[in-house]
Amino acid sequence: MSKKEWPLWEVFIRGQHGLNHRHVGSLHAPDAEMAINNARDVYTRRREGVSIWVVPSKDITASSPSEKGPLFDPAESKTYRHPTFFDIPEDVGKM
Amino acid sequence: MYAQLVKSDGLKSREEMSPEERAFQDRVDNGEKIEPKEWMPEGYRKTLIRQIGQHAHSEIVGQLPEGNWITRAPTLERKAILLAKVQDEAGHGLYLYSAAETLGVSRDELQEKLHSGKMKYSSIFNYPTLNWADIGAVGWLVDGAAIMNQVPLQRTSYGPYSRAMIRICKEESFHQRQGYAIMMKMASGTPEQKEMAQDALNRFWYPSLMMFGPSDKDSVHSAQSMAWKIKMNTNDELRQKFVNETVPQAEYLGLNVPDDKLAWNEDKQGYDFSEPDWNEFFEVIKGNGPCNRERLNARVKAWDEGAWFRDGLNAYAEKAADRRKAAPVAAE
Ligand SMILES: [Fe+2]
Ligand SMILES: [Fe+2]
Ligand SMILES: [Fe+2]
Repeated sequence: MSKKEWPLWEVFIRGQHGLNHRHVGSLHAPDAEMAINNARDVYTRRREGVSIWVVPSKDITASSPSEKGPLFDPAESKTYRHPTFFDIPEDVGKM
Repeated sequence: MYAQLVKSDGLKSREEMSPEERAFQDRVDNGEKIEPKEWMPEGYRKTLIRQIGQHAHSEIVGQLPEGNWITRAPTLERKAILLAKVQDEAGHGLYLYSAAETLGVSRDELQEKLHSGKMKYSSIFNYPTLNWADIGAVGWLVDGAAIMNQVPLQRTSYGPYSRAMIRICKEESFHQRQGYAIMMKMASGTPEQKEMAQDALNRFWYPSLMMFGPSDKDSVHSAQSMAWKIKMNTNDELRQKFVNETVPQAEYLGLNVPDDKLAWNEDKQGYDFSEPDWNEFFEVIKGNGPCNRERLNARVKAWDEGAWFRDGLNAYAEKAADRRKAAPVAAE
């Protein structure tokens, strides 16, 4: 008996309402086809999805937790990127 | 609960903590989620692997007592429902193994530890399901007790564990309700059926209370886990909550909770009740319950006899990958 483990896959599902595929979890499978079959059973037993993507976990590149500051802090001060930054008089009507 | 007697280190005071540990504890205290690649104390990681692993094993082994009745369910509809319920439990096991794997342990390693007896699963699954009423009692009481513990764990500090708990909780309510529906049917049936329902309650009541683990005064591992928010309530709190919710449900069925001391206590706004036999509990944990050997043998047998199939799929995947690599060359 070999000791080779099935590789790990990340599973992404698009729900009923036309939104983006969303990461839902991971699973083990020998290949992509089986990963999709398994994902159907593990993550869509209650009609949670209309489309499945699977990606080998080893192929995902993630940002490192230590880069959190440099990556995300700069957006903090740019509140003018939100519509609520601007006061528009009520008289102008809906905008 | 599904994870009973999870070993962890003693609680560290703030003064004993390193600067990293202090910063970590602050994040937990602020309600931040800890994610896989972030720094965490070694004890946190180890305790989580033990706890999530034990929880996963419980979901998987928990399929066995119920799977026992799939072929003998009284109607086709009941069979389909039970099949769906047991399939959910397989899913729960898989969500939890994945969560544990983010901590640097593999699923096969965890299973190996289950099969060799190094890791445990919940004591409750070492009791037999003798008749159809037991399937009702398991859904109602066992899944009911599991829910008590799993709902607060949705807020646990470890991100992947919390997300697994959220998925699981969405599915558990169906489990408890289908069990209670079986009990309602039996309790309102013939006198013999009602007696079976009562008998099932009699046998599953105390083992269900044991699911929450030993009394707080004897539970040595709680403080650190609670500070880390990987345990959200004490064993006694959850057990009390379970009794308070379950007793009226038994009354509705016209069944008697097998406890002479059971009485409403106005002061604490909860029931007084008898503790389970803790000697029995520790015996079951040690491997001497009514079904321990049978359960473990069934798991090991399934794993060993599935080896050729897992290997076959691996071989097929490798060949297909080689063919894909060779294909463009052949076309030239
Ligand atoms: Fe479950
Ligand atoms: Fe369960
Ligand atoms: Fe369940």
